[in-house]
Amino acid sequence: MKTILVALKRVVDYNVRIRVKPDGSGVVTDGVKMSINPFDEIALEEALRIKERGEAEEVVVVSIGPADVQQQLRTGLAMGADRAILIESDEEVSPLRAAKILLKQVEKEQAELVLLGKQAIDDDCNQTGQMLATLWGRPQATFASELELNGNTAKVTREVDAGLEVIEVDLPAVVTSDLRLNEPRFVKLPDIMKAKKKPLETIAIADFGVESASHISAKGWADPAGRAKGIMVEDVDGLIAALKEKELV
Amino acid sequence: MSKVLVVAEHDGSQLNSSTAKTVNCASGIDGTEIDVAVLGNGVDAVAQEAAAISGVAKVLTVDRAENANPLSAVLGPQIAELAADYDYIFGPSTTFGKDLMPVVAALLDVGQVSDIMEVVGPREFKRPVYAGNAILTVEVDAGAKVVATVRTASYKAAPDGGSAAVEAASIAAALPSHSRYVELQSEAGERPDLQTAKTVISGGRGVGSKENFDIVYALADKLGAGVGASRAAVDAGYVSNDMQVGQTGKIIAPDLYIAFGISGAIQHLTGIKDVGTIVAINKDPEAPIFEIADIGLVGDLFEIIPELQEKL
Repeated sequence: MKTILVALKRVVDYNVRIRVKPDGSGVVTDGVKMSINPFDEIALEEALRIKERGEAEEVVVVSIGPADVQQQLRTGLAMGADRAILIESDEEVSPLRAAKILLKQVEKEQAELVLLGKQAIDDDCNQTGQMLATLWGRPQATFASELELNGNTAKVTREVDAGLEVIEVDLPAVVTSDLRLNEPRFVKLPDIMKAKKKPLETIAIADFGVESASHISAKGWADPAGRAKGIMVEDVDGLIAALKEKELV
Repeated sequence: MSKVLVVAEHDGSQLNSSTAKTVNCASGIDGTEIDVAVLGNGVDAVAQEAAAISGVAKVLTVDRAENANPLSAVLGPQIAELAADYDYIFGPSTTFGKDLMPVVAALLDVGQVSDIMEVVGPREFKRPVYAGNAILTVEVDAGAKVVATVRTASYKAAPDGGSAAVEAASIAAALPSHSRYVELQSEAGERPDLQTAKTVISGGRGVGSKENFDIVYALADKLGAGVGASRAAVDAGYVSNDMQVGQTGKIIAPDLYIAFGISGAIQHLTGIKDVGTIVAINKDPEAPIFEIADIGLVGDLFEIIPELQEKL
């Protein structure tokens, strides 16, 4: 195939301890380390491996967000993507709107495979890939832990609650990655230098003409309820007594 | 009166308990009538189970060969068509519902509320974000259909005792043929499923090897418990990955969870936030899991498990 499009989201790094702002207007992101959403990084790694096997000619990374997202796109280029597209927006973009915008880019690039993470670790929505596939009228294979391309079809192993489900989809298709699809490579310094010369195109979100209409608005953020302090027991007899008291054994 | 359509999850012969949990969540919206949609191939037994859930007004069935396996690209257009008569379309936030409901939302051109953990008002819901480290309250605009997934760990199953009418629905939507089910590889044995088990016993890196997990299985079998594991144990190859409990594995809510040799990484704790009672057994008294455990015991799991096996 010619082009694989990989969608990346810039999120608060997974190692950062999340703090809700005192006024409940969001979580603290000022001065906090930001990274490529880890599931999207796995999606990019998969695209690069497909290209390296000679099964695709080009890997394009695309992201929607503020100008700062260039950092994550440069990281994607350093990993090995050929070019990057930033769809610049200073406001939050809902999964439905993101899917509509990505669809336009997918059609423009005539991508035959779209790879992205199963969910972003900030809003935890788990929607964009499915919505994109639906609006595109093409197959979706979510929670992928194995992806095998066979000409015009792809065989995808999916991590579902009941075990591993295998499906076959016609291409083009949207595949969303789960954790065990692969282990992304580390970026080396020479690659970072090389990435600076790769093309990064910026397009204003307004140029897509996709209005913001998700019908859902955020009212406020809060800390989760904590658990009550527990007890320590000395030995197995103490444990069994405590469980009996709670009528659990 | 507003109407809710709950999309049933089933394996072709049995209704998944996620369905009754989703019904329970829907019943928290004042003044609604709740119907359940069962899509499948040969759905009579499953439809009867759905009809017995207390609070269900009607069960709609779509019985056709294409629905033999749950492909969202095939099920989505059918549910979107049924949705015409409903204000709310709810599915469980299991891999089934997570895959399917955004398809329905996109077809209806509305956003989706993922992982409802609390119904605040008719159009206002709480949901976890940042892996449960923050709780977001969202509001859906008046007039828009509410498409949502329900965090099953936050709800008990609605009890049995209903006797809803079962009605076959006819569907006009064209169905795609671009996606095909091949097979399900499952390592599920005789033990209860992690997401429905009342007790879950779990092992971490501290268990040390695949062979050592045998004592964990033995204790689980004595207690009729499901068996889970931490990501460290999965990554080390001690157990298969469908046993992983945590943010990136399964989020579970049994009455009792006993963790052996699990240190308690944030991503694991996220998966057990809604457990009734957490018991932690670890030889390291500083293990973070003790901070959230209801009952903690510092000691060697290789001595404690056999003693529990004998005394319980």
